[in-house]
Amino acid sequence: MEFFLQLLINGVSLGFLYALSALGFVMIFKSSSVLNLAHGELLAIGAFLFLLLSAWAGLPIVVAFVLTLVGTFSLGFVVERLFLRPLIGENLIEVIMMTLGLGIMFKGLLLFIFGGDIHSYPRFLPESLTLQLGNVQIPSVNVAAFIVGILFLIVFGFFFKYSNQGIYMRSVADNQPAALSLGVHVRRVFALSWAIAFLVAAMSGIVLGIINGINVHELSAIGLKVFPVVILGGLDSIGGAILGGVIIGLLETFTGGYISTSLREVVPYIALVIILMVKPYGLFGLVEIERV
Amino acid sequence: MRRLHFHPCGNYRESYEEELAIFETDFGRLWVLIGLVLLFGVIPWVSSQYMLYVLNTIGIYAISAVGLNILIGYTGQISLGHGAFFGVGAYAGAILAQRVGLPFILVVPAAGLVTAAVGIVFGLPSARLKHLYLLIATLAGQFIIEYVLLEWESLTGGPNGIIVGGASLFGIDLGNDRAFYFVIFILFAFLTWTGVNLIRTRYGRAFIAIRDNDRAAEGMGIPVFPYKLLSFGISSFYAGVAGSLYAYYMMSITPEPFNLWLSIEFIAMIIIGGLGNVPGSVFGTVFIVALNEVLSHVTEYLMNVGATGMAITMAPLREFVFGLAIVLFIIFEPKGIAEVWRIIRSSFRLWPFSY
Repeated sequence: MEFFLQLLINGVSLGFLYALSALGFVMIFKSSSVLNLAHGELLAIGAFLFLLLSAWAGLPIVVAFVLTLVGTFSLGFVVERLFLRPLIGENLIEVIMMTLGLGIMFKGLLLFIFGGDIHSYPRFLPESLTLQLGNVQIPSVNVAAFIVGILFLIVFGFFFKYSNQGIYMRSVADNQPAALSLGVHVRRVFALSWAIAFLVAAMSGIVLGIINGINVHELSAIGLKVFPVVILGGLDSIGGAILGGVIIGLLETFTGGYISTSLREVVPYIALVIILMVKPYGLFGLVEIERV
Repeated sequence: MRRLHFHPCGNYRESYEEELAIFETDFGRLWVLIGLVLLFGVIPWVSSQYMLYVLNTIGIYAISAVGLNILIGYTGQISLGHGAFFGVGAYAGAILAQRVGLPFILVVPAAGLVTAAVGIVFGLPSARLKHLYLLIATLAGQFIIEYVLLEWESLTGGPNGIIVGGASLFGIDLGNDRAFYFVIFILFAFLTWTGVNLIRTRYGRAFIAIRDNDRAAEGMGIPVFPYKLLSFGISSFYAGVAGSLYAYYMMSITPEPFNLWLSIEFIAMIIIGGLGNVPGSVFGTVFIVALNEVLSHVTEYLMNVGATGMAITMAPLREFVFGLAIVLFIIFEPKGIAEVWRIIRSSFRLWPFSY
């Protein structure tokens, strides 16, 4: 029972990490229907920028955090303008290869600047966040991850549902020509959605960095773990990403705990294939209806 | 004797056969002949040992890239699992050669068939999925195959891999690079020829119809799903043949090289070379292999001149340059090197009256 409870809690916290890293991915898909294969690198960019500002430049945590958000937000604009805008209206494979190429570029650049070692932030989270559940202790970072995840869900849920920009974004993702003809500024929407995605990815990257340490290879590997999570939850659903993250996290820890540790790494992908075969649009995804 | 064909100064085609012809002029045939003579008569005899190694690598990867181009470029089914299929081919070849003891001449096509079967199984999701959902399914396939190669120790030897004995064909030992060069490039020429001609058959035309609009293709009576599976099968067959050649050439294989990175490299080859263009896949392969070699030489050179620290920090720049090449090609020449080559050729042909 003790073991089961431990696995359960590990699984849920791992799941929240996955959910958190999936959020930026869902943001981009929801607002421009681009499948971003560079997502892991976006996480790493945010995490390293924060490291640079907080630990190395010695700025106060809050200032460093705000500067990181501003920096990644502007970087999102620049990247969209330079690399993604020429591809508006191009084939799927070119857009996907572009994000893939960007990911490889970013990874090379980050490795060049920061090396392949594990770095870590100074400790700054208050210990009072630590939760005690029976005999099992939940570290403060996981609680923080939980809080950040819920906060995202609420903020972006309202953003997409009620704000003008959010509605523009959904309209562009749904039908670009129709949105254009109704007067939506598609290019501005694209730029803004990449900027927001960079920002969200940076926040997730910082939380991941606090928990696991900051390492280029690990963070970019998490970018691939995002796929089972978002497919299970539905590619364009933020709530789905959180639920999907938790389910995949539980699946991983229970497989690791009860069956075999080597199976643990691959079981999300097996689940992914099964979900795709049974319910391709996931639990909460919008079902695309194709008309001839 | 028939008169030589030159480029007409307009479109004077009168039949469908003329439209489909591979060679517009007799000079095309001549150039291919010259190319073949160079490939088999000159290059293997004047190249250094290292050059032969690079050429052999190009040949092996090019076979696989042609297969991937049939799947992605012509049928429009994006696959991120080609590197894993290449690995399946390598393992099938190694197991058939070492455990079953088949001769080289049977191992290569048999490995191709085994890989084709695996490819068809992993192509099954294409029944319901397309575009990016299919891409994600093949990505999962990549990870699942990697896992099986690593964990099915009784068959694949796990992380230790398999050692493949030297190949021999009709009593000739294929242990040296030059002998293997001929095997690789004869197969390469044959499979490229098959690939070019496959596109002209009803199967190839069906593939293109599915790529352009699968609903319309279905409406015109093409059984879409079987043809998608066929395309997966053919492309995996190419990967399997290339993989088994790789296993023989490398003498020993481990699951290590057949990772996602290899799949990405294959896609980069056909994007940079030109999608939907068989010669393009070859250009792309040459580009990527050459880029890899040049970048590793730069690193090695820096090591040798004593700048070891600099060489170590330079190593990640290889990835950076690789990514940059992909990005620049997509922005500036999305049709790839094949298109650049066409522009160069036609500017020569039209000179000095180009318009």
